Amino acid sequence: MPTVHFTDAEGSVRDVQGNVGDSVMETAVRNGVPGIVAECGGSLSCATCHVFVREDCVSQLPPMEDMEDEMLYGTAVDREDTSRLSCQLRLTDELELFVTTPETQV
Amino acid sequence: MGTHAVEEATDSATVPSRTGLLIIGASQSGVQLAVSLRALGFDEHITLLGDEDHRPYQRPALSKEFLQGMVGSESLIFRSNDYWTGHNVDLVKGEYIARIDKEADGTGVAHASSGRQFPFSRLALAVGARARKLEIDGSDLDGVLYLRNADDALALKSRVGDAQDVVVIGGGFIGLEAASSLQKMGKNVTVLEFGPRLVGRAVGDETAEYFLQAHRSRGLDIRLNATAARFTAADGGGEKPHGVAAVELQDGTVLPAQIVLIGIGVIPNTQLAEQLGLDVDNGVVVDRFALASDGTTVAVGDVANMPNPVPGSAPGERIRLESVNNAIEHAKVAAYSLTGHRAEYAGIPWFWSNQADLKLQIAGLSNGYDQTVLRRDTERGKFSVLYYRQGQVIAADCVNAPLDFMDVKNALAKGQNIPATAAADVATRLKIITTDS
Repeated sequence: MPTVHFTDAEGSVRDVQGNVGDSVMETAVRNGVPGIVAECGGSLSCATCHVFVREDCVSQLPPMEDMEDEMLYGTAVDREDTSRLSCQLRLTDELELFVTTPETQV
Repeated sequence: MGTHAVEEATDSATVPSRTGLLIIGASQSGVQLAVSLRALGFDEHITLLGDEDHRPYQRPALSKEFLQGMVGSESLIFRSNDYWTGHNVDLVKGEYIARIDKEADGTGVAHASSGRQFPFSRLALAVGARARKLEIDGSDLDGVLYLRNADDALALKSRVGDAQDVVVIGGGFIGLEAASSLQKMGKNVTVLEFGPRLVGRAVGDETAEYFLQAHRSRGLDIRLNATAARFTAADGGGEKPHGVAAVELQDGTVLPAQIVLIGIGVIPNTQLAEQLGLDVDNGVVVDRFALASDGTTVAVGDVANMPNPVPGSAPGERIRLESVNNAIEHAKVAAYSLTGHRAEYAGIPWFWSNQADLKLQIAGLSNGYDQTVLRRDTERGKFSVLYYRQGQVIAADCVNAPLDFMDVKNALAKGQNIPATAAADVATRLKIITTDS
């Protein structure tokens, strides 16, 4: 089962097992991971599911499309090189992903 | 679903022992209220009650990804069962509250039409709105549909396979989203809009015109100033009842339609509030803290008529907002009120609507504008309209221009301005020219 390790801005960690095909955002929200807001439910409209991906995990993820790239310029905490919107990250078999959630999403 | 006293109370005369907060409406705002309360440390029992036979789910995809079969029903579910159980929230599905007895101290009992009773120490109304019905000849024919909830979407989906021609009545967000989805699914879709332009008052003239041209260039048949006079059934020769077969317009035009989808707005569900004697006026009248006129019941989301939350709004100006953003933010305010805090509702409303490859994002409320600035990047397919009142930016409609949307939304949230004289230049990012008013 794919697993996502969410570290919040204070450093506490939540490990959540997800289903293949679900997004990282859905996995977080359904299980009440507090660092992900995701107001728009994954339709790439709100930029409140921002995560920082651990550097060695970045290559496991699909490349970013233009719309996600633009939305990332509007996040509450400024983007970094490893920033992604977690609604765009689908869980694949055996994926083990480490992400950090920003201090705030809104 | 966890086991709990309420669900096990099968005898209608049995009064369940759990009280606490009763949230009527397992909606976006109802769910958010429960979640926010637990985040704030509210430790009383919570019952989240809905009248549908589904776990609480997200509505926006119903007219888009769900209708098109791109996502399944499971991905619409807000929270896992474990989440609710772990947070001591009882979910109650399929119970329609017909009547509420409430005492002056805010406690009472809600009576479901099934006979079940739900006592509460505090009441929250997150009951939303219902689709406005079109009552004309033939409107009760099979195949005349609405799209407000999951069952509506399932009914529509189940008929799409057999239909070739669809007439959508209403050129608002729901109508245009569904029309775009159905067109993508290979249907011959005609949109009838009663008014002279699309999307009513939700966007300005330039945006409405942009959508009209964009949809028409994508092959969608949109007819403005068009009124349906009646729906007619196929001539069945007196055998089994037939579904809708055509829409006849007031000008005599007849359009074939095996599905008619009506999206002409919603009516807030104020029945319970009226029965409780709460002030009602285009929704349940609430104060800045989401409290209804009795001072104890909270009402949140689509059903609430509240003071305009936009900072600097005219005193006494009231508004009812139908949006996910409002459902969430208003519920947070109510959660503060229910935990003894006072947090005034203040914020910049925002909205989105995805239609075909057109992604509309709206920041702020444009009503009362006296100037617009068009910011159009034809080459990259981006289109934004910024709205100004006395030189101050108050809102923007952005199509396929998320960066403009985010920049305007952030500027509004910080009370900043984007000078109208410089906003049209697409070579310059709006954030760069934003000023501290």
